Amino acid sequence: MSTHMGSTLLSVAGVSKRFGGVQALSEVGLSITAGHVHGLIGPNGAGKTTFFNVITGLVPSDQGRFELAGKAYKPTAVHKVARAGIARTFQNIRLFADMTALDNVRVGRHVRTKVGWWQALLRTKAFTHEEAMITRDAMALLDFVGLSGKGSQTARTLSYGDQRRLEIARALATEPKLLALDEPAAGMNATEKVQLRELIERIRQQGRSVLLIEHDVKLVMGLCDHVTVLDQGKLIASGSPAQVQRDPAVIAAYLGGAHQPAH
Amino acid sequence: MKNRLLTFLISAVALAVLPLLLQGFGEAWVRIVDTALLYILLALGLNIVVGFAGLLDLGYIAFYAVGAYMFALLASPHLSENIPAIAAMFPDGLHTPIWLAIPIAAGVSALAGVLLGAPTLKLRGDYLAIVTLGFGEIIRVFLNNLDAPINITNGPKGINSIDAISVGGVSLGQPWHVAGMTLPPVTLHYYLFLAIVVVAVVICLRLHDSRLGRAWLAIREDEIAAKAMGLNTRNLKLLAFGLGATFGGVSGVLFASFQGFVSPESFSLQESVMVVAMVVLGGLGHIPGVILGAFLLAALPEVLRHVAGPLQAMTGGRLDAAILRQLLVALAMIGIMLLRPRGLWPSPRHEDRLIPDEGTQGGRA
Repeated sequence: MSTHMGSTLLSVAGVSKRFGGVQALSEVGLSITAGHVHGLIGPNGAGKTTFFNVITGLVPSDQGRFELAGKAYKPTAVHKVARAGIARTFQNIRLFADMTALDNVRVGRHVRTKVGWWQALLRTKAFTHEEAMITRDAMALLDFVGLSGKGSQTARTLSYGDQRRLEIARALATEPKLLALDEPAAGMNATEKVQLRELIERIRQQGRSVLLIEHDVKLVMGLCDHVTVLDQGKLIASGSPAQVQRDPAVIAAYLGGAHQPAH
Repeated sequence: MKNRLLTFLISAVALAVLPLLLQGFGEAWVRIVDTALLYILLALGLNIVVGFAGLLDLGYIAFYAVGAYMFALLASPHLSENIPAIAAMFPDGLHTPIWLAIPIAAGVSALAGVLLGAPTLKLRGDYLAIVTLGFGEIIRVFLNNLDAPINITNGPKGINSIDAISVGGVSLGQPWHVAGMTLPPVTLHYYLFLAIVVVAVVICLRLHDSRLGRAWLAIREDEIAAKAMGLNTRNLKLLAFGLGATFGGVSGVLFASFQGFVSPESFSLQESVMVVAMVVLGGLGHIPGVILGAFLLAALPEVLRHVAGPLQAMTGGRLDAAILRQLLVALAMIGIMLLRPRGLWPSPRHEDRLIPDEGTQGGRA
């Protein structure tokens, strides 16, 4: 990892986005420390996924400043964001459904490999070598997320929890500095959540940062080093899980109405 | 391993002997197989675009036309007869040899593929199909009308007197006497077409089983996820269009010299639809399936000719043979789509495999 632990990996400031008459995000910013798991929470419709899509280039922001590992970056094209070092998963799983689990991960290696198509036609040494590397790395990632032995299964036939894990393996294959997970625990049972938590811990131990959107408060509070809270497109709190939990604005946003005078 | 080698040898011998057997029943039969080989080449090319990258292209025949007209112009007296400047340089007409004409036509077709692909990059599914259909028609309309002010394509009359291909001093346009046998032109063309199809199959298999092939499949499966994995979908799609068009162009060159004549009529929408049908019917993205689909759909109408004749006689000539053939082809297609919706010979479904994972993958690495 080129970034040192403890330095700022991603810093985003002043992001605004308007969809027609809806101000989805107004002046939102956050700063992710290298090697941290950073939680992004908020009630439904708070703008979490929009913010996520802005950072990963899927949705262009109206304004905002972005800096990744000390370098200014503009999330204008999705594929460039992945190359720059941010990989993501999707809230509604988006695997390459008719490809095998192994091939899904091998596609993830694409951006870090380079042998061209003419070399593939001629089956050059460089090609054979790189293919072997891609396969080796992909197998290792399948093992890492706990899918060893399932590489030859078509992605669509995997169980729900396995599909979520495969999506993480595919994202890790791009060697991200920041892994962005959009509600990875959605629809998981208790056992799967424990496994997921343990997996995210191991990803952090590798020195990668994680940005986590999640509804499961227990998971977020237990796992995150830092939590940012959005409500109605605005940043309402940011700090350690303990700080955020006590924040009156956060309690109001979740329980509703407390900041308004009672009738 | 031994079994595979044996299968390979048997198929090689069978393919080599096939035209020699068929020509005994009449050269028309060999001609049917020749045409089928050209369609296989087209279907393999379209399969890169539709089967691998998932871009439904209904104007694919345009690249066949580009290749065919490239060769027609480069290897016939047409340009010299109509353009004085060229006549001054080449008084006998242009006679470009095949080893030069194929790369030129392949290059021009690839360029056409990229140019026509570029505006459609943001379109998907039905919208892409409609725009490519339009592009295909535009090329045909161009060919129909480019006879004025300068006569380039000779309009609907087409271009004739196109040179036959000659390989290593042997002209494929004349019977060749070798080792006590006489090989008619259709048989000679068969061997050339077969060799090119074999090369095409190897190219397709190798592309499919590579970093690029996986990237195409990923775009087909989910374009947004593919982008999020860092794939430059724009370049990958253009590469698919370009490579696919190259196959069409080469096939067009072979067609032009085989027929000795080209006209816009050969490149109608009907033909585009036919090639798409071959790919879909055989098994989208699966190369053996695509070959089977192309062979069946190219040969079926010819076989039906023999069925249609008696039927026509039975109805006292009221039944038009051409229409009957179309009807039977359509029925066959509907039947196949109902019974085998993923094609006649689709790619194997991985979940059906019982082989343990490490064994198969370790062997490849």
